[in-house]
Amino acid sequence: MFEATEINMRHRRTEVLFRLLFGMMTILLILPVALILGILIYKGAPVLSLDFLLSEPTNGMTAGGIFPALVGTIWLVAVALIASLPVGVAAALYLSEYAPNNWLTRAINLAIINLAGVPSIVHALFGVGAFVLFFKFGTSILAASLTLAIMTLPVVIVSTREAMQAVPQAFREACWNMGATRWQTIRRVVLPNSISGILTGVILEVSRTVGETAPIMFTGAAFFLPFLPQSVFDQTMAMSLHLFVISTQVPNVPEGLPYGVALVLIAMVLSMNAISIAFRMYLRNKKKW
Amino acid sequence: MANAIHPEEFGLSKPEPAQLAIETHDLNLWYGTFQALFDVDLMIKRGRITGLIGPSGCGKSTYLRTINRINERLGYVRTTGSIEVMGQNILAPEVELVQVRKQVGMVFQRPNPLPLSIRENVIFGYKIHEPEARRLTRNQRDEIVEKALREVLLWDTVKDRLDSPATALSLEEQQKLCIARLLPVKPSVLLMDEPCSALDPKGTEAVEELIWELRGEYTILIVTHNMAQARRASEECIFMLLGKVVEHSSTDDMFVTPKSQETADYIEGRYG
Repeated sequence: MFEATEINMRHRRTEVLFRLLFGMMTILLILPVALILGILIYKGAPVLSLDFLLSEPTNGMTAGGIFPALVGTIWLVAVALIASLPVGVAAALYLSEYAPNNWLTRAINLAIINLAGVPSIVHALFGVGAFVLFFKFGTSILAASLTLAIMTLPVVIVSTREAMQAVPQAFREACWNMGATRWQTIRRVVLPNSISGILTGVILEVSRTVGETAPIMFTGAAFFLPFLPQSVFDQTMAMSLHLFVISTQVPNVPEGLPYGVALVLIAMVLSMNAISIAFRMYLRNKKKW
Repeated sequence: MANAIHPEEFGLSKPEPAQLAIETHDLNLWYGTFQALFDVDLMIKRGRITGLIGPSGCGKSTYLRTINRINERLGYVRTTGSIEVMGQNILAPEVELVQVRKQVGMVFQRPNPLPLSIRENVIFGYKIHEPEARRLTRNQRDEIVEKALREVLLWDTVKDRLDSPATALSLEEQQKLCIARLLPVKPSVLLMDEPCSALDPKGTEAVEELIWELRGEYTILIVTHNMAQARRASEECIFMLLGKVVEHSSTDDMFVTPKSQETADYIEGRYG
């Protein structure tokens, strides 16, 4: 009575087939990532040392370390973060807490989503026109970072707004019903409960710009500049451009060198992601609802 | 004025204006094109507990929500007629909504404490409405918190954990806290929209007791689906049906000798 019939067997075979198929797709997906990391570590790790991180490139960038590029990238990302955080959070606050749901708001939302799809080379040319030439910042960290900031703003706004929307509507209603204004509600309830999500989202999005090359190569990153920047108006070397340069523009670079630079670059992005995720987990555990 | 309700018809003496907390005349309300209230004329006495009963969709919650004008937030709501709270028309153009919300507190079906500590929840409204809140010493603030929590019979249970999150309290305690946080700004009217429907029987009993305790000090308007609760915890009762007031009388009269057949059928549970 309870034995498997022919139709049960057929269903079971289909089940196995699809499970295998989807599983293999997933493995295919992980494979390139694992391969990239594996090869980078295999070929790049021998180059790595504290000295490599903390010394300047020498012999026409065929030897020595990456210190100016490392510091330059930290500058670029930090200034971009400082620029995009307040603007992005303010815009997201408006869209999430104040904006009425009408055609204009919907148009703005659509524009933000589309802005996220603008190619980075277009942002780069905009940065040259706006920051380098029009505002006369010259090719500088400031111009490059602002270009990066503009490029990340759409995603920063989206992730910030999502963090705010995750605060239950009931809390806002409770505030309003006691006579609180929008701003009082934001300051006392929405922001305190979404700040973890906002910060981690922003860090995560901005950290992606660590690897961007196009937006900075015309606006502030230097081909070779073995000095540390002194202010935001200086040019600087950057990890991503340095990798591009030693991989394609400089002859006789030892094979391990680009792998070492790429490994450090990836480690920077991954560690920022890790910090952001750890931060989020820590703050989420402290949540009060 | 075809549907006007005259209290005399129900054997109530016509109340003096000074005794009234809420007075609505010819109150009509539309959600878009749907009319939810029809010429509602009601006089709600100060310091009394008035229950609003009726089947789902009869307009009792809608009526409640017009008294502090939170219906308007929906955007597509249109109201005509007049609503007077403590003798003043709250639909007048010069009325400041924040002041209405201060005078008319509201308690909801689901307790909705803010994700703050118990202490911060109680003092929240005070901080919003009272400009001197910033200058208060910690002691003065604690006094306000204690007074409000004592009024809602919660002080003894929470006095040792005022800084723990309010959302960790039981539902019954949360609902009491939601009442407590309205009190420091000295409201005249408390609106309660099925305040016990998320609570278990024990919690319901405790909150009902509390509401009964608050009688006299505040005018309380309570919407309930629960006939037994209306009978236990209100002094006057209003029965509504399809957006109209059918009957308004003392609770005892309504449950013992209802004037209209519809009221009788409803309170006996023939429809609901």
